[in-house]
Amino acid sequence: MKVIVCIKQVPDTTNVRINPETNTLVREGVASIINPFDVYALEEGIRIREKHGGTVTVLTMGPPQATDALREAISLGADEAVLVSDRAFAGADTLATAFTLAAAIRKLGAIAVGTVPAGQVDIILMGRQAIDGDTGQVGPGVAENLAIPHITDIRKIEEIGGGRIVVERLLEEGYARLATSLPVVLTVVKEINEPRLPSLKGKLAAKKKEILILKAAELEADPERFGLVGSPTQVMKIFTPPKPSGGKKFTGEPAETVGALLAELAASGISIRRM
Amino acid sequence: MDPIRVINQNCVGCSLCVKACPYDAITLSGPPGAKPDKATAVIDLEKCTLCGACVEACKRYKAIVITRTTFKGQNLKLYSGIAVLAEHRRGKLASVVSEIIGAARELQKDLSAPVSAILVGSGVRKYTDELLSHGVDEVWMVDNPAIGDFDEDVQAEIVAEVLLERRPEIFLGGGTIVGRSLLPRVAAKILTGLTADCTELAIDPATMLLRQTRPAFGGNIMATILTQNHRPQMATVRHKVMTPAAKVDNPQGTVIDLSYIEVPKSKIEFLEFVEEKTAMVNLVEADVIVSGGRGIKDPKNFAVIESLALATGGAVGASRAAVDAGWIPYSHQVGQTGKTVKPKVYIACGISGAIQHLAGMKGSDMIVAINSDPNAPIFDVAHYGIVGDLFKVIPELVRRLESRE
Repeated sequence: MKVIVCIKQVPDTTNVRINPETNTLVREGVASIINPFDVYALEEGIRIREKHGGTVTVLTMGPPQATDALREAISLGADEAVLVSDRAFAGADTLATAFTLAAAIRKLGAIAVGTVPAGQVDIILMGRQAIDGDTGQVGPGVAENLAIPHITDIRKIEEIGGGRIVVERLLEEGYARLATSLPVVLTVVKEINEPRLPSLKGKLAAKKKEILILKAAELEADPERFGLVGSPTQVMKIFTPPKPSGGKKFTGEPAETVGALLAELAASGISIRRM
Repeated sequence: MDPIRVINQNCVGCSLCVKACPYDAITLSGPPGAKPDKATAVIDLEKCTLCGACVEACKRYKAIVITRTTFKGQNLKLYSGIAVLAEHRRGKLASVVSEIIGAARELQKDLSAPVSAILVGSGVRKYTDELLSHGVDEVWMVDNPAIGDFDEDVQAEIVAEVLLERRPEIFLGGGTIVGRSLLPRVAAKILTGLTADCTELAIDPATMLLRQTRPAFGGNIMATILTQNHRPQMATVRHKVMTPAAKVDNPQGTVIDLSYIEVPKSKIEFLEFVEEKTAMVNLVEADVIVSGGRGIKDPKNFAVIESLALATGGAVGASRAAVDAGWIPYSHQVGQTGKTVKPKVYIACGISGAIQHLAGMKGSDMIVAINSDPNAPIFDVAHYGIVGDLFKVIPELVRRLESRE
């Protein structure tokens, strides 16, 4: 199995502020981490390799400092790491990002990277969404660009064999068991596994690992589809939602507080009693 | 696939396109021996420059489709109206559908353009009455037994085809698991912009563009997004945020049957659907949700939460802390990395109110918090709060509800 795990480097908090003068996000002093959902995708990729053999390559698009996230992924057990980085990619929305990542994945099918030989990619994994943008649109977009199927919100991979994969996909009211052919793009929810911690051996490997950097020109794709120029959506403004002020608080013995709550609810015409 | 083609089912042989084409690339012709009135337009791809003049001339019949526009230079004038995805599964329309129709009908007031529902699947004609009763002007239906509920690769292809043929300027889908999987694939096919999980939609009065407002960073910031130069402007809309469309007494809309659209073979194979028994009621649909967090302290204490859920007829939710501790399955998790809910009443028990949790529930109509820490941030968003030990407060609440005091 040749597995590629797409990861994103995100701020280690969602508690971001907006600079009121420039109307841009203040990110200074906030550490960067691998998007938490992508850690589950990486763990699943490593488990596939442990069971079926093969390789796991981590791939990210981002600025040069995104190599930190890639090194962390190596310490967690990925074989090789690839950074897609170029000023031309700046300002990409989900359409341009999916296009760029798909072009990189196609490239990784054609070339050897370190210990990972050239050859068709079988499974592309990523988290269901990134915690900064919260869109979840890149996975299906990558699949469409590669003209292969995708399944989102995977909570379990049941089996892989004979060019086919069986998965459980989480839905609002339960889950569906679905099968599809390889290659495939899968996005995972965190129910899928319990990620391991980095090993000492992994940490040492991460330090020395040579990370392949792919520039725009190396992707052999239409440059008009990269970055800001390749992005149909534009952010018109960002703003902080008004802070809620809180309502009535009752303190005291349960008999009193519960009584006060039920009286308030009744006064507002709300019943929480089962019909 | 050819970059431009004629839909023979729609072509009436009127020859308007022939006259409109500046490059003499279109002729009328029919099968050998056919009567002249059976002739349809034929495009000479050698001569065609994809200028779109014929598409504009054929506005009425929508028989000419430019399949894959180049990324730049779309003729925006060809696009009008609002379309919504009529998501359905296992014999029912998704409840988000009436909400997005409601949102579309609001936008319609500013755009004065028709609202259409795109309905794709097997045996879907049975949903058309319900859609029309929500006040849509047209249902664009592709009813074909070969389309499975989970064949998103094929559904994306069909929806893209419908969009290319009917050319709405706005296309909305539900921010459901399926909507958020299908629409990105459609957008990538037709090369347009898509904004995820919008909580507010409006028409910009100056430009008439769709202002798509959505939370990011777990709800800490809001962003308003525009799709200026590509059509349709696509967005998924968060469930339980928009007001459902009011039913109309005398539906006037019509069904346009597009079932002639070819259905390719899907690579997705459906095996089975398993309803989650542990979630007493589907969290997303529940009117009352009782959620437990770190303050529950032990998995067996979740019985206390369940007792209140039972007394209120509600569903059981949980914070990430409770799920991460392994006290309750992930399917119950409410919050940024779990489900977004908007019940009539949300009762948060022993939940401190981390911003990630608030992101998933602060749209609830009424929030009640029970927490022993009077400074817990959950009280900032709660309409009513009880400061106290949940193991004493909840049994008292259950007792009062069950004794009908």
